[in-house]
Amino acid sequence: MTQREKILNAVRQNQPEMVPAPARPALRASTSTDMDLFKKTLAGIGGQTIDVQNVREVQRSIEENFKGRALSYLPASDLSLRDPDPRQYADLEVAVVPAVFGVAENGAVWITEKNLVHRAIPFICEHLAVVLRASDVLPTMHEAYERIGSDDYGFGVFIAGPSKTADIEQSLVLGAHGAKSFTLFILHESNQ
Amino acid sequence: MLSASLKNLSVNVKVALFIPCYIDQFYPQVGVSTLELLEKLGVTVEFPMNQTCCGQPMANAGYERFAKKCNDLFIDNFEGYEYIVCPSGSCVLHIKEHLKESADVGKGAKLTSRVFELCEFLTDQLHIDWLDARFPYKVGLHQSCHGQRGLHLSQSSEIVAPYFSKPEGLLKMVAGLQLVSLDRRDECCGFGGTFSVSEESVAVKMGKDRVADHVTHGAEVITATDMSCLMHLEGILRRQGSAVRVKHIAEILNASLA
Amino acid sequence: MENQPTHAALAEKFNKDKARVDWHDQTLWLIRQKRDKAAAQIPEWEALRETASQIKRHALSQLSEYLVQFEEKATANGIIVHWVSDAESHNGIVLRLLKERDMDQLVKSKSMLTEECGLNHFLEKNGIGVVDSDLGERIVQLAGEPPSHIVLPCIHWKKEEIGALFHQYLGTPEGLADPQALTAAARKHLREKFLTRKAAMTGVNFAVAETGEFVVCTNEGNADMGAHLADLHIASMGIEKIIPRRADLGVFLRLLARSATGQPVTTYCSHFARPREGAEIHVIIVDNGRTVQLGRPDFRESLKCIRCGACFNTCPVYRRSGGHSYHTAIAGPIGSILAPNLDMKKYADLPFASTLCGSCSAVCPVKIDIHTQLYKWRQELTKEPDADKVKKAGVQAMASVLSHPAVYRITGKMGRNTLRFAPFMLKNKMNPWYKQREMPDPPKASFRDWYLKNRLPK
Repeated sequence: MTQREKILNAVRQNQPEMVPAPARPALRASTSTDMDLFKKTLAGIGGQTIDVQNVREVQRSIEENFKGRALSYLPASDLSLRDPDPRQYADLEVAVVPAVFGVAENGAVWITEKNLVHRAIPFICEHLAVVLRASDVLPTMHEAYERIGSDDYGFGVFIAGPSKTADIEQSLVLGAHGAKSFTLFILHESNQ
Repeated sequence: MLSASLKNLSVNVKVALFIPCYIDQFYPQVGVSTLELLEKLGVTVEFPMNQTCCGQPMANAGYERFAKKCNDLFIDNFEGYEYIVCPSGSCVLHIKEHLKESADVGKGAKLTSRVFELCEFLTDQLHIDWLDARFPYKVGLHQSCHGQRGLHLSQSSEIVAPYFSKPEGLLKMVAGLQLVSLDRRDECCGFGGTFSVSEESVAVKMGKDRVADHVTHGAEVITATDMSCLMHLEGILRRQGSAVRVKHIAEILNASLA
Repeated sequence: MENQPTHAALAEKFNKDKARVDWHDQTLWLIRQKRDKAAAQIPEWEALRETASQIKRHALSQLSEYLVQFEEKATANGIIVHWVSDAESHNGIVLRLLKERDMDQLVKSKSMLTEECGLNHFLEKNGIGVVDSDLGERIVQLAGEPPSHIVLPCIHWKKEEIGALFHQYLGTPEGLADPQALTAAARKHLREKFLTRKAAMTGVNFAVAETGEFVVCTNEGNADMGAHLADLHIASMGIEKIIPRRADLGVFLRLLARSATGQPVTTYCSHFARPREGAEIHVIIVDNGRTVQLGRPDFRESLKCIRCGACFNTCPVYRRSGGHSYHTAIAGPIGSILAPNLDMKKYADLPFASTLCGSCSAVCPVKIDIHTQLYKWRQELTKEPDADKVKKAGVQAMASVLSHPAVYRITGKMGRNTLRFAPFMLKNKMNPWYKQREMPDPPKASFRDWYLKNRLPK
């Protein structure tokens, strides 16, 4: 008998009588207070928010604040020039990536592989900048997974602020192994 | 809101008093206060003379199977009564959850719904909202764990729900009594039965921390629904030479000028 | 055969350093308070706990079906799935996968399962260099210790001590104790590992049967820095990590970080569905005693655990004894109901390291009845052939006394009289109660005596 068979037989033998799954939690629509909560929560976890009207403002802000190597998904950059080895991006000062949506209750944004040159990019960069459409803020994780639905991503991640640790005497330090800072550009354009 | 004594409403209420073994032997005044308090409220109180113990010491030591004869004795003593009242949250909880008879004839199950801890009896069965009691001291309420989390005598701090406390509600009816607030509203005192000796260092550390919380906030008296917690805290207080006393809640609710 | 030190003995040692116990207790209590504050932000918190509990109950009742579904979906997505019955097989597979690919260095993010299997020690013995990348785990790894908490591995270390450790191993300046500077040094040190390791290992917080994906949650980003830069990503999971649907993640991710640290969510919740081009993902599904626990009706609910650590932070005993007093990979209240299933002799002391206060059950995000299981384990452990015979005799004697009213009364009177007339018999060093507490004052009469005299109609 393989270990697989051994384990599955043991599970089948020992699992209890069928217990039905509970009803799904109710969903609700986004309201204007969700954006306020989102910004407040993100600030509370070490993230910074900048309201912009178009992507040019994003690009300008990046150029002004980061003088080192940048990788951006914005139209101006040519993603066909990407290096196949993610380790070659170890010296990235800043990465700019798009978020699919944000979650008000915890300040997180959802990013999938589709929008990344490499999965490693949002983690390997020194500073992370994310662009989110203002209309894409959802109330809670329930609505988040409703929105994700059955999307067939290879990799997706919720990112909530900069990387952090409190392992040394519970002192909060921003910038453990992932990005040291997190800047969220909230895009208020009507079409884009 | 004041209302007259409920003597007339308590007419015809007869209870059997269930007195924990260690109260019977070491803190009889708690039993006396419980009895006197119930009588003042118009309740007829009887004490089944052959009771001993609820069986908790054996059960918590891992030997609930040795407690069957003790439980049979409990059932014999109390099965004839409509209400059984006890000044101990942990003993009442134990009876409700772990009463195991030798012969499984279902007597125990019928009985457990009629057993009440004192504060829950006063609040939920007698619905008293006024007490003729006076205790002009600063009092710290220790929320004994089994009564609180097991019998829901009060809302525990872990739960996201409105706060309520039956013991506190009763203490607020006592004239002159000042309830002190604590840093940790409902942390365990560390008694835990045999834990108090088998894990002596942790048990005492927990007790000392509880005492310090009360003392820091100016308590002159520490009270609780369980004398076992207070026995442990009193042992620590007296070793420290402290002037702070312990009093079971029955003694405070029964306290008067006389 | 060496004598296993008990929780009581280890806790006594821990309590010798009074200042340290206070510091440990207060630090963890603060985290409990953060958890309370975060939970209070969610008005439907209690309903959410109930939902999470029901999802897990449902999952455990259909576990075989969901495990098979998970394997199907994951395999179709290019993930390779392995099944192992025990720790030895688990460690063996990890070693084989590394050796087959000529890899002798591994970077690992937090996985209590690998701790349970003793993986690091096994790999080191077999010529594999293992680096734990979570800051807290790296600290205890350098110190040669196991973690003392499942979420906060070095909660028992002070910053000066960490500074000294880093001075020795990372070359930081002597006396440096600033957490920010120490973390920066660790970032640099571990970054070099991430960039050079071809093999990475992670745990699994949740495995979704519906889609075959698994989720790894970290604050530091170390799981991702390892996995996305490595050619081989191995993820180990206990069978109980399965949840039925992707949407169920919404419930668990709302509860996990709030319960663990009081944060609304961990910084990173990474969902791995397919390996990236040119790389491999292997998932190892591990039993190691879990199917046995599944078959115990009184204890199977312990398998609902999502490893948040909230029970540790609230437990007044854990806070005052520390994780190492439990002498097992997973300490605290949940550890005390999981460990006896693995070895009833070695862990017989753990269910007794508790006052059964119930705080653990009240904070548990999946409503495991931890304190009830602690009580029930006590009933099981006393049935074992090597249970303490002296204790058994003592309890039997007590039961006998308490079943006979007249004997009880005489014994009680004798006890009181001993205290009254020969106090030295109980007020001495041999009596553990008396070490730090006074004995109660012995009254002349019992309550029953009073009642006889004052109430019973003549």
